[in-house]
Amino acid sequence: MYETAIGMEVHLELCTRSKVFCGCSTNYGGAPNSQACPVCLGLPGSLPVLNKRAVEFAIKASLALNCEVAPETKFDRKNYFYPDLVKGYQISQYDKPIGRNGYIEFEVEGVTRRVGIRRVHLEEDTGKSFHDVAAERTYLDFNRSGVPLIEIVTEPDIRSSAEAKSYLEALREIMEYIEVSDCRIEEGSMRCEANISIRPTGSSDYGILNEIKNIGSLRGVQRALEYEIKRQTELVSSGGIVLRQTRRWNESELKTEVMRTKEEAHDYRYFPEPDLVQLVIDNSWLNKCRSEIPELPRARRERYVRELGITPYDAEELVADRALAQYFEGVARLGTEPKLAANWLLSDLRRELNQASLAIEQVKLREAGFSELMVLVSSGAIGSKTAKDILGELVHSGVSPAAYVKEKGLAQLSDTSEIEKFVEQAIADSPKIVADYRVGKERALTALVGVVMKLSRGKAKPELVNDLLTQKLNKGRL
Amino acid sequence: MKIYELNASEIHKGLRHKDFSAREVAQAHLYRIEQTDKDLKAFVTVTTEQALRAADAVDAKMSRGEELHPLSGIPVAVKDNMCTTGVKTTCSSKMLESFVPPYTATVVNKLEQAGAVVLGKTNLDEFAMGSSTENSAFFTTRNPYDLERVPGGSSGGSAVAVAAGQAVIALGSDTGGSIRQPAAFCGIVGVKPTYSLVSRYGLVAFASSLDQVGPFARTVSDAAWALEALAGHDPLDSTSVPNAPVDWSQPLDKGIRGLKVGVPREYFADGMEPAVVKSVREAIKVFECLGAEISEISLPHTSYALPTYYIIAPAEASSNLARFDGVRYGFRAEGATNQEELISLSRSQGFGPEVKRRIMLGTYALSNGYYDAYYGKAQKVRSLIKQDFDNAFSQVDIILSPTSPTTAFKVGARVNDPLSMYMADLCTFAVNLAGIPALSLNCGFVEGLPVGLQLMGKAFSEMMLLQAAFAYEQTVKLPQLPVFKGGLPNV
Ligand SMILES: [Zn+2]
Repeated sequence: MYETAIGMEVHLELCTRSKVFCGCSTNYGGAPNSQACPVCLGLPGSLPVLNKRAVEFAIKASLALNCEVAPETKFDRKNYFYPDLVKGYQISQYDKPIGRNGYIEFEVEGVTRRVGIRRVHLEEDTGKSFHDVAAERTYLDFNRSGVPLIEIVTEPDIRSSAEAKSYLEALREIMEYIEVSDCRIEEGSMRCEANISIRPTGSSDYGILNEIKNIGSLRGVQRALEYEIKRQTELVSSGGIVLRQTRRWNESELKTEVMRTKEEAHDYRYFPEPDLVQLVIDNSWLNKCRSEIPELPRARRERYVRELGITPYDAEELVADRALAQYFEGVARLGTEPKLAANWLLSDLRRELNQASLAIEQVKLREAGFSELMVLVSSGAIGSKTAKDILGELVHSGVSPAAYVKEKGLAQLSDTSEIEKFVEQAIADSPKIVADYRVGKERALTALVGVVMKLSRGKAKPELVNDLLTQKLNKGRL
Repeated sequence: MKIYELNASEIHKGLRHKDFSAREVAQAHLYRIEQTDKDLKAFVTVTTEQALRAADAVDAKMSRGEELHPLSGIPVAVKDNMCTTGVKTTCSSKMLESFVPPYTATVVNKLEQAGAVVLGKTNLDEFAMGSSTENSAFFTTRNPYDLERVPGGSSGGSAVAVAAGQAVIALGSDTGGSIRQPAAFCGIVGVKPTYSLVSRYGLVAFASSLDQVGPFARTVSDAAWALEALAGHDPLDSTSVPNAPVDWSQPLDKGIRGLKVGVPREYFADGMEPAVVKSVREAIKVFECLGAEISEISLPHTSYALPTYYIIAPAEASSNLARFDGVRYGFRAEGATNQEELISLSRSQGFGPEVKRRIMLGTYALSNGYYDAYYGKAQKVRSLIKQDFDNAFSQVDIILSPTSPTTAFKVGARVNDPLSMYMADLCTFAVNLAGIPALSLNCGFVEGLPVGLQLMGKAFSEMMLLQAAFAYEQTVKLPQLPVFKGGLPNV
């Protein structure tokens, strides 16, 4: 039997407004080369100036992954030739990454897994090549050149393709939560590579490593690793030897293929970047970054279940959307019963948002208003059907729910004498239904409740209607 | 006195007294270039129109009665490895023969802001790699004292422009002696500032941790004005220092009574031309007469400066010059069939032999498995060299030495012997490795050729070096302009 050791290398584009070594915008969608200056074009004589915000993002990512943050660090040049690499080197970090020795925890099939984070370092992105095969031309766009990236490298602690996928999901959730990257794998703001080796179960040495590049989706990660585990296992069990290679995932043919062998491996000739000075991260800066990190999703889910009595499923749903979770906490802090709030947020409010294509941040009904609505419902002042009916209006108008209910006269009727009049009229108007009831058709009661509700224009409190109808109808039988 | 013979302070005075206009000053120098540059070949590009426009702007300013900066209307030349918007910046390389930058180097901006009139761009050894300008891809600049001899390098064009009266002030860059050595060969003042004092933004990098821009001038006072204008923090250069502790308000004529002068025995050892050593020793006597306290000191790691320099500088250069790949700008070779070939052919054809030699040296020094033995070790030795200076400056204020082991050598004499060429900077490498300031000024002649005296000081002691140089200059009063040999018109 064999076991698998997988280490992941993930590049994340940081969502800073400007690039890492110049003031150019990092926005997507600009015309080719419209967001490029002498620095990110690497023109002779230009010099990099470090974007402090990008460093803070890298620090936050390191802290969120439980890393030690280097008090003093530096940048290095990674030298290689490629047309989309403007300077012939990439400014990166070699032996002193900003973060190291961290870990991440996540659940796989209900079991907690811990994967070591070897390093988190900051570097710059390259430009992009577009090959026009028909015209035999290559076009270069440098809008991405100099966009800040962090590279996150794990220890080879991942044991299966499913675990690799869970790792990436957990990582993405954290990075989105701390708002350092939008982690869109399909758009290239999250890029994954895997190092994989197999070894006889129980062996303490790792096998020969293969690097898998060019994986463009989460499903691709899982498939590529499954393919590679199978390939290596078959190779070794049939007496073959795994060669050290860099392989490329072919998404259309669903297989990995050789990209480079060990002999062709690059010598990047790293050396300290002389155009930048040493980077000192002192305690006050570190603490500032730490204070900007919100409660992370895993801890938040546990707290929701443990302290607020939310079901694990609802906790998962709420936490998955950071803004929604924030809203929920606001509502809960105002004294609303958390379970009630969670139910309403996840079903009714979310439905309204979807229908109106609104983000929770854009909703005019803020936490206080929502809380007020919950009080109206739980006190019986309005029926839940009424609440559902007016939610759409409240979301858009932002008026106080109590004022709205009052203005529209929607308050629930709980005065027995008032309801009695409707009940009597309903019985008088619906002899057939009453007859059905009397012969034992229990569903006739529901129909009668409907008639009363209609007469009261929905305001009668349904429980009271039910009680009164039963009383009246049964009185006749006695 | 002809206009081109005037130094900056004299021109400044003349402008204020309306003896002549800035346009006349510019025209006089442009004419001087026209008359002499066929022989001297100091300029790669002369920007006549821009120069006259800049001069007119100064005249207009004057006619409005506005205050003039001491550099206003002063004709300057810029080494052709500093970027100038809309004006070719070639680095004297085929690689950048037609490169026109879309931005201007901070140092050039600063001069222009002060009202200086840029006359053009001067020749250099390709990408500042060399000691004679013979490595220029275009032509060799000639020494105005003897047209058969080199002007030194790599900033040979700038040195010659100032020495020959084509410009009053010029900018050079100094990575291992490229300002001081040509200043010495051409008998003028050249200052290599403390690393980080002057912005490198827009200077095409050779070796980033060693490069500094500095001025050439015929007088110490002019050099001081220029240096003050160039110095200062630049947010575009992360290695430029904010609030450099240099007090520019100190008077140049403070005198040197009591100044502690160190004479390092390692700089007077074998390999130095005896006549050069003799001239420098005489200069040291002048310092003594002026009240300086002379003592012999030792900088024990001096002999390691050359090998250390020739690992660190090529290593950084190999990376700095990687951007010249024929893909986006600059020279592109014909006939490539794929990306790798395009890059490799363009670099093979676009760079000259010395540049290739250094790229290969540097690439090797950084290679996997050799890094520790070469680059890593060189960095350790570099800190020992720094330590030598730290120790020395705990005992003395400045250090005096020859600037170069010899006077200007003949054109062609060393081109086939790189090591003998490298020796021309033997006395100047250590200063760059230590990051300290130094200047060279003329201290006499040997067989009609100028000899350079080098003054070194601790970081940010520029003012002290200038004061010492000023005291010497005012005492010996050597001629500032050469009497040309070889039939050059002295117009
Ligand atoms: Zn830019």
